[in-house]
Amino acid sequence: MTTSSDNAVNYVRKTQNPKFLTLSLPIFAIGLLGLVAGFIVNPTQASFNLVVIMAWLLSIGVGSMFFIGIEYLSGAVWSVPFRRIAEINSSLILIMPILAIPIILNIHSLYHWTHQDVLATDEILQRKSPYLNETFFIIRNIIYYAVWVIFYFLLTYFSNKQDLTKDQQLTRRNTVVSAIFMPFFALTLTFFAIDWLMSLEPHWYSTIFGVYYFSGTVLAAISAFTYISIKLNEEGYLVDNLKPDHFYSMGALLFAFTNFWAYIAFSQFMLIWYANLPEETFWFINRGVGSWLYMSIGIIFVKFIVPYILLLPQPAKMNPSRLKFASLWILFAHYYDLFWIVMPTFSKERLIFGWIEIASVVFAVGTIMAIFLLFSKNRNLVPIGDPKLKRSLEFHL
Amino acid sequence: MEANSLKSNLYGVSAIFSDTKKIAEITHKVAELGYKNYDVHSSFPIHNLPKKMKLKWSPLGYIAFVLGISGAAFGLFLTWWTMSVDYPLIIGGKPWFSFPAFVPVLFELTVLLASVGTAIVMLFIIFKFPNPKHPLHDTEYMKRVSVDGFGIVIEAKDEKFDYEKIRSLFSEFGAEKIFDIYYSPEELNYKPKVFEPKFIVFLIFLVVLTAFIGYFVNNKLFYMPPFDFMLYQFRVNPQEESTLFADGFAMRPPVKGTVARGQSFYQFKGQPEEAAANLINPLLPTEQTLALGQKKFNTFCSPCHGWRGEGDSRLNQQFPNPPSLHTDKVRNWTDGRIYHIITEGQNIMPSYASQLSEEERWAIILYIRALQRSLNAKLEDVQ
Ligand code: HEC
Repeated sequence: MTTSSDNAVNYVRKTQNPKFLTLSLPIFAIGLLGLVAGFIVNPTQASFNLVVIMAWLLSIGVGSMFFIGIEYLSGAVWSVPFRRIAEINSSLILIMPILAIPIILNIHSLYHWTHQDVLATDEILQRKSPYLNETFFIIRNIIYYAVWVIFYFLLTYFSNKQDLTKDQQLTRRNTVVSAIFMPFFALTLTFFAIDWLMSLEPHWYSTIFGVYYFSGTVLAAISAFTYISIKLNEEGYLVDNLKPDHFYSMGALLFAFTNFWAYIAFSQFMLIWYANLPEETFWFINRGVGSWLYMSIGIIFVKFIVPYILLLPQPAKMNPSRLKFASLWILFAHYYDLFWIVMPTFSKERLIFGWIEIASVVFAVGTIMAIFLLFSKNRNLVPIGDPKLKRSLEFHL
Repeated sequence: MEANSLKSNLYGVSAIFSDTKKIAEITHKVAELGYKNYDVHSSFPIHNLPKKMKLKWSPLGYIAFVLGISGAAFGLFLTWWTMSVDYPLIIGGKPWFSFPAFVPVLFELTVLLASVGTAIVMLFIIFKFPNPKHPLHDTEYMKRVSVDGFGIVIEAKDEKFDYEKIRSLFSEFGAEKIFDIYYSPEELNYKPKVFEPKFIVFLIFLVVLTAFIGYFVNNKLFYMPPFDFMLYQFRVNPQEESTLFADGFAMRPPVKGTVARGQSFYQFKGQPEEAAANLINPLLPTEQTLALGQKKFNTFCSPCHGWRGEGDSRLNQQFPNPPSLHTDKVRNWTDGRIYHIITEGQNIMPSYASQLSEEERWAIILYIRALQRSLNAKLEDVQ
């Protein structure tokens, strides 16, 4: 067998920005302006929207780190040419404090467990207060953030370094890092979901809620990664000879996690419905009020039935344009899901969707585009030093 | 010595290749040359091979889909029929047809039917399993491809089959080893071992063994320490004594004034005359109510009162015969009076309040009225 020459991967880093990111800065700026205006006009509503945005962007950020970790731990080969994209996406976690600070400044209008007068009369909240109090809330968030940033730096640092040194040992090191990261990931993500989303209704609890958020997280992360990978590949930013086969696993994962989400979401609903305990059911009852009912029914279609049908046939998972559509749809569905979780606390009677909400969506999309643009600069978009890269380029179905 | 007689029985020519790349190349070539009757073997799936072999799209996906849908439909029917129609039970105050509760059943049946059904269709219909007489069985070739080799075999019945040409083609593509594959005529007449007495005795032995183990575990083992932990639990069973309550009973009577679901409180306890005066039959004698009354009368009353209420008990004097229901006394009673007897009993006739719903009691009375009228029919009834 020949060894030396065909081990070199045919990758040329391009200097100009990918076309589909051209508008990222304007979109980001418009969204930012809109959101800032929202904070001036109606800080409460804007804060609620910011919780949705934060949970959505965090899903993509931390979910990408989870994906990288799984790749190392399972020794997956097919995903290696796209790992750098997941690494860039995971940079989203870096901006979390910027998003969290306006919310924390406005915490009293979001989380009513922070109100001393409510606490005085509410025995349930009093008993929860050793956990649900502002100081501990902030401390916990600093811990989550520290954990994510540490692992983010380790994973990306070793991966970037490998581009230059081609040192196989770095892959092993990252495998160890990933193994340590996994339990931390499980805990931080669960507690993040409890702190920011579940405690919006502090009387409510659902023991599966962390898993629920996790299922959406993985979906969002893989969608973002799939869409960007296909787009970059189309514009020639990745290596040659990536065939539709390479995208098959992305489609399969999206399909699998769509089912996983449905399984978890239904389990959560069914158990609460069946047990019929007032302290649990009110959460769903609130989502059946007025126009919220339509949104609640809609979630079955938006997050399960449509992606399920889109991705069910085997050829669909290898069809890049179908995958692009499906991944954008799932990203939308995750936003829809989070909106449905967060917003009924703000507007109990009916679904609201005004200019602040639109600005929020624009801001969220703009942020991920801008972050990708920023962090993909001066970086190889393919981990050219990875020892598995060569094999993965030969991967086919 | 056998070689010559076998020569006529050539099944095909096969070759072993050492890696997936080579097998892909030769497959590509063979498909390109237009061979039809050939097959490729590998101990693990090589994903692009079906494409290279130009195999038709497998119908298995559709079969699985149809089976899955049937599983879901069956699950829906099963839960609907058992829970809402045939034997409706109120569980947790949920409606009889409570879809969310049925979804797990639906889901399991979908998965079960789709997976097991697909496997059965694949093995028994598509692969024609058990299929013990394939010439490739037990060959050196098969042994290699099920361990570390990748093999291709071109059958002699292929139109383009040319022994020498194929052999040279294989070696040209770097075949590690080339085998000629023969079949013996006896093999074609081979009977599966499934019908051998030994095997059947073995099956019977298995059945007996399983039954014995089942019996032993359920009836003996679970009563022996330490496996009897399920038997003794920290709770009281029905009919047990308990020191928890002053009266020593574990079972508690319902709280005073408890009224069962769907029933109302009977306000004329021990007051037959008041019941007679105040209770009015809420039902009209329609075909439906009379049919219900007939069914319930035949079930609950006819053993003592006879099919037509004439007091001709079927209990062979093991219970005193009741009086006829066609006496003037009973015929002149109001419905409420009879209702009172069904509800409370009378002397040695027990109460039927716990067996019959209110509606059923009134329906029985309608039926008794019909019986009475039929045995005392007047001329104008017919006209
Ligand atoms: C276990 C046998 C038995 C069954 C079953 C039974 N009864 Fe009776 N029933 C009797 C006996 C015995 C008497 C007479 C009681 C007495 O001595 O006053 C009686 C009396 C009556 C009387 C009063 C007759 C009279 O002349 O005083 C009526 C009405 C009556 N039963 C209706 C019913 C109806 C309706 C049912 C079905 C729900 C029913 N019975 C089921 C044994 C039975």
